[in-house]
Amino acid sequence: MTLQLFLFFIFAAVAVAGAVSLILQRHPIHSALSLIVVMVALGGLYLLLGAEFIAAVQIIVYGGAIMVLFVFVIMLLNAREEERTDFSRMARWAGLPLAGVFLVEVAYGLARAGSRFPPAANAPFSTRELAGLLFRDYVFPFELTSFLILIAVLGAMVLARRDESE
Amino acid sequence: MVPVSYYLALSGVLFGLGMIAFVFKRNIISIFMAIELMLNAVNLAFVAFSRALGQLQGQVFVFFVIVVAAAEAAVGLAIILVVARNRQTLNVERVDSLKH
Repeated sequence: MTLQLFLFFIFAAVAVAGAVSLILQRHPIHSALSLIVVMVALGGLYLLLGAEFIAAVQIIVYGGAIMVLFVFVIMLLNAREEERTDFSRMARWAGLPLAGVFLVEVAYGLARAGSRFPPAANAPFSTRELAGLLFRDYVFPFELTSFLILIAVLGAMVLARRDESE
Repeated sequence: MVPVSYYLALSGVLFGLGMIAFVFKRNIISIFMAIELMLNAVNLAFVAFSRALGQLQGQVFVFFVIVVAAAEAAVGLAIILVVARNRQTLNVERVDSLKH
């Protein structure tokens, strides 16, 4: 087993364990920490795939900004553990098995589609080429997303502001 | 050499798990985190295809997905703050004033 395959299985196992832990944990802060584990594992997988810039962006933006925002909001809202209500019978006997079937079906379909590709070229990706794509071919969506972030910041500030009652 | 279909299978599994979490969790913040998990699964599929085809467009799209997810997280969490302030609860089953 090559080192790449071994590392893939380690990162994949960590990612799946984090996702399962997100479902099973009752307190949202534990779910948030499990999601951080998933994101770091995915960052490692992007490194295995040769996408170094995307791996760095994933860890910095997703793990370092978005998840920190989640943790702060959980702390701010004083979130508690979910109450213990049992699933309805329909959910337990029909919902969960069907969800499992869907999961297996999606994974199987994607894996079968992926096996039709020729063996991947191992040419390394260059961040310079990615930057060329971003700033030449895709410059219009790039500028649009900067505008979108501005609108999102304004919207979040307006939404979360407490009204000053006169 | 790891076949691309392994990455795609993992992406499908993560997406399915995110969907299960989305449907079965009751805390609104946990539901939002399940959405982020699904977005991450799609990002993994994008990067895997980028490697399989040798093109960089997949990674450009991942960049945009991450940026849009960040903007969505900011606005979504602001909305959650307002809802929690008004309803005094984080349980989605109690926010049902539009229900018949």
